[in-house]
Amino acid sequence: MIENIRDKTAIVGIGVVDFSTNMGRTEWYTASQSIKLAAEDAGLKLEEIDALVKNKDDGPDPSYMQKGLGIDNLLYHSETKYGASAMLDAVLAVASGAANYAVYYQTAHRASGPPKSLSEYRVARELKDDMLDLVRYDFYSPFGLIDPPGFVAMNARRYMYAYRTSPQEWGWVPVVLSENAARNRKSVFCKKPVTLNDYLISKMVVDPIRQMDCAPKVDGAVAIIVTTAERAKKLKQKPAIISSVAMGAAPEGQMHTSYGRKNIAELPEMANMAKELFRVAGVKPKHIKAAILDDAFIPYVPMQLEALGFCKKGEGAAFCAGGDRIRVGGDLPLNTSGGAMAEGKFDTARIIEAVRQIRGTSPNQVKNADFVLATSGAGGPADGLILRRS
Amino acid sequence: MLTEYMARKYQKDKKPPVDANRIKDRAAIMGIGQTKYSRFSDRDELDMACEAIKAAADDAGIRVEDIDGIEAFTIDRFAMPMLANCLGLRNVRYSSEVTGGGGAACGVTMHAAAAVVTGMADYVVVFRSLNEASGQRYGRGDGYAQYMLNAVTPHYGYHWPFGFVTPLGWAGVWGKRWMYEFGITREQIGWWPVVLRENAQKNPNAIYYGRPITHKDYMESPMIVDPLKLHDCCVDTDGAVAYIVTTVERAKELKQRPAIIMAAAQSAPIEQEIQTIYNRPSISGLVETWYMGQELYRIAGVGPEDIDVGEFYDPYSIGGILQLEELGFCGRGQSGKFIEGGDNIRVGGKIPVNTSGGLLSEAYIHGYNLVIEGVRQIRGTSTNQVPNAEICMVTGGPGVPSSGIILRR
Amino acid sequence: MVEYNKGIPIMRPFIDQDNQGYWDAVKQHKLVFQRCKTCKTFYQPPRPMCPSCHSQESMEWVPSSGKGIVYSFVNFTTDRMAYPAFKLPYSVVLVEMEEGVRITANTAEIPAEEVYIGMPVEVTFEDLAPDFTLYRFKKRGA
Repeated sequence: MIENIRDKTAIVGIGVVDFSTNMGRTEWYTASQSIKLAAEDAGLKLEEIDALVKNKDDGPDPSYMQKGLGIDNLLYHSETKYGASAMLDAVLAVASGAANYAVYYQTAHRASGPPKSLSEYRVARELKDDMLDLVRYDFYSPFGLIDPPGFVAMNARRYMYAYRTSPQEWGWVPVVLSENAARNRKSVFCKKPVTLNDYLISKMVVDPIRQMDCAPKVDGAVAIIVTTAERAKKLKQKPAIISSVAMGAAPEGQMHTSYGRKNIAELPEMANMAKELFRVAGVKPKHIKAAILDDAFIPYVPMQLEALGFCKKGEGAAFCAGGDRIRVGGDLPLNTSGGAMAEGKFDTARIIEAVRQIRGTSPNQVKNADFVLATSGAGGPADGLILRRS
Repeated sequence: MLTEYMARKYQKDKKPPVDANRIKDRAAIMGIGQTKYSRFSDRDELDMACEAIKAAADDAGIRVEDIDGIEAFTIDRFAMPMLANCLGLRNVRYSSEVTGGGGAACGVTMHAAAAVVTGMADYVVVFRSLNEASGQRYGRGDGYAQYMLNAVTPHYGYHWPFGFVTPLGWAGVWGKRWMYEFGITREQIGWWPVVLRENAQKNPNAIYYGRPITHKDYMESPMIVDPLKLHDCCVDTDGAVAYIVTTVERAKELKQRPAIIMAAAQSAPIEQEIQTIYNRPSISGLVETWYMGQELYRIAGVGPEDIDVGEFYDPYSIGGILQLEELGFCGRGQSGKFIEGGDNIRVGGKIPVNTSGGLLSEAYIHGYNLVIEGVRQIRGTSTNQVPNAEICMVTGGPGVPSSGIILRR
Repeated sequence: MVEYNKGIPIMRPFIDQDNQGYWDAVKQHKLVFQRCKTCKTFYQPPRPMCPSCHSQESMEWVPSSGKGIVYSFVNFTTDRMAYPAFKLPYSVVLVEMEEGVRITANTAEIPAEEVYIGMPVEVTFEDLAPDFTLYRFKKRGA
């Protein structure tokens, strides 16, 4: 008898420090603030938290957090490198019975702070300290292909070729997202809707990737509190039940640069993850009322629609063209907060929006949003979750 | 709050109930693998990791492609997709990391177990691969450099400017305080490295195989950083270790006798840092070990008297010895007397420890070699077997966010 | 006693809004510790939230008496585990200040073999560069 985690855990509290281009405080400060907000939202005392999980590069270590929050002991703590896959650990912490209340906190001041990730590689090279893993960039950087927009552009061009699509079609995604952002009071980067023409004439970063295809850097601090569905019943908010949470990878994968694969115009990690996600939740794509998809790079959005099974292979961009199917009221409303166009590049922001849809508090609320899906990690090891109303 | 802490109130009623613990008795380690341990591997970490993982899969009797979960520390020199590609994995359904260096030595086991008992993954491989012996010789940075003292690690600013840059130095401060408060003597401490070196003489895999030491050798050995002498320090190693965790049901169908995980726990008490745990009310003890031990005993429903053999994380002798007190094998401040002469910690004694030579004499794979030695004890295949070993306790690093597991037949 | 080897930079602390008050004071040859106005408890290292009352705006910097006793110490006598900028031997002391917090630092004018647990010390300062000051501990009353 193999168990699974279907419906056994729930998100009971969310804490969001308003996204901004300069928090003006340290990450330790805003991380503490976000967790305090989440605890207040849940109706929990900070001392009741006994598990902390995070993204590896985002935010201070759990033991730092304890110092400010006054948490006496942690029974479970872990970190993950990709997307929002720490959600799996938050669920595991409580579903395994190891801890009572797990907090997934993501804090990153990417707008005001020093650059992370690829710059580590450059620092390391300058110090002649070779990190084994990053040496793979030596296959690209001597030729001027040095940053993710370039890597994604390679995939996007193949996508255009393989399925006869173009920015004319996927450009509807930023259009619809901008409409959502314009109705989101807390939107930082987009206050007015854009048209498809605005998108097409906007600045090109690496053809065919435009400025509007790339999520802007942002300072953010988000905390999510997870506990068992049983305990959730006794807390302040109506819980957002986690029907399932999953992650996936696939052969010959690298972050955005899986160029050795037979078809680079698809997201097999996302497809593998989706198989697991829907299987554990016991639902099908048609049950999903809203999808909050990884929009760090817009061409990945139609690719995700295909990988997740919302449409046939190669038809993702056509699904988005015109915008009607992905608007609120359409077949599958996407990124109802405005996504990265509103909030910038921040994985857990999508989980927060999914929770709001479940609670009925989204700035662009979908009617009867009883099953909502969110993803992260497009272009590499992918993860996702399906929330449902209690 | 800090004074309550002094009393170490361990609030049982605040903990999750034992009967809700899904990990207890439901996961097992069923395949172990390692490379040669050496001081100069001449291979990179990815290469060694693949060898150890393949060996673990073979030992378990599964194919490498059956592995669908990866668990490791946060400090690898390569990331998960690279490893998955080399191993030819079709999918990775669960992957995460644990921080704290050696403290996570059993935390990784715990997470792997949690993943398999909840159905998130079928076979999770847990591995560690490093070149700590040869890497340092090539000046790979020894773990400290100005760029590492940054926005995420401001607490180093209170130590590194004073030439206080290495874990052994940081640990020396609380080690010295412990010796001072309880009158632990140098002679008493020496028995730990001596017994472990004896154990290593039975283990051809150990780096110090063929190089025994006497207590006199220990007393005459040079000081490295006061209060730690040469033989008090673990042996930097090149090598890799991997093991595979799955559900007890699956494990029972496979080749080897499974080492069932009876209980697993992590701990990170307040004012936790990496060894610089100086602002706790008392620094002459290892609160993280104590918390973790209490949790293990509570979940497993056993006490120290039930443990047949212990594999205790000893990056330096004092760190290992102090754990005897914190885990209840002797009273507070009594561990010096307890190990005098060595008989209590030898095979046949009250609590045989680190039977393969431990981190001081076998190898320093950040505690992973202790885990697989624990598995061997359960299987009955150790080079230094405790007769009828039924229950084995393995611990993660002291002075850092810690972890532990209890294995049983 | 601390002497340096030329040519190897001494590590500098990372200064951010949470600890700026501490390191600014050091530059001015003062030692301050963070205390919550409500709970009246000192916390080291400085942090952006009081672990007792969870306020993020209640922290203040309180001048220290500068006096403490050596709670523990480590002597670096070999180049293993030591930092190359420092001439050997050098001591790092963990001092329990009168305020109750403990901090690490080097010694000033105290030979390594004379350091002992319980030794009364007081803080002193040294400007290592125009923009870099560090504190040390010397014998009380010296």
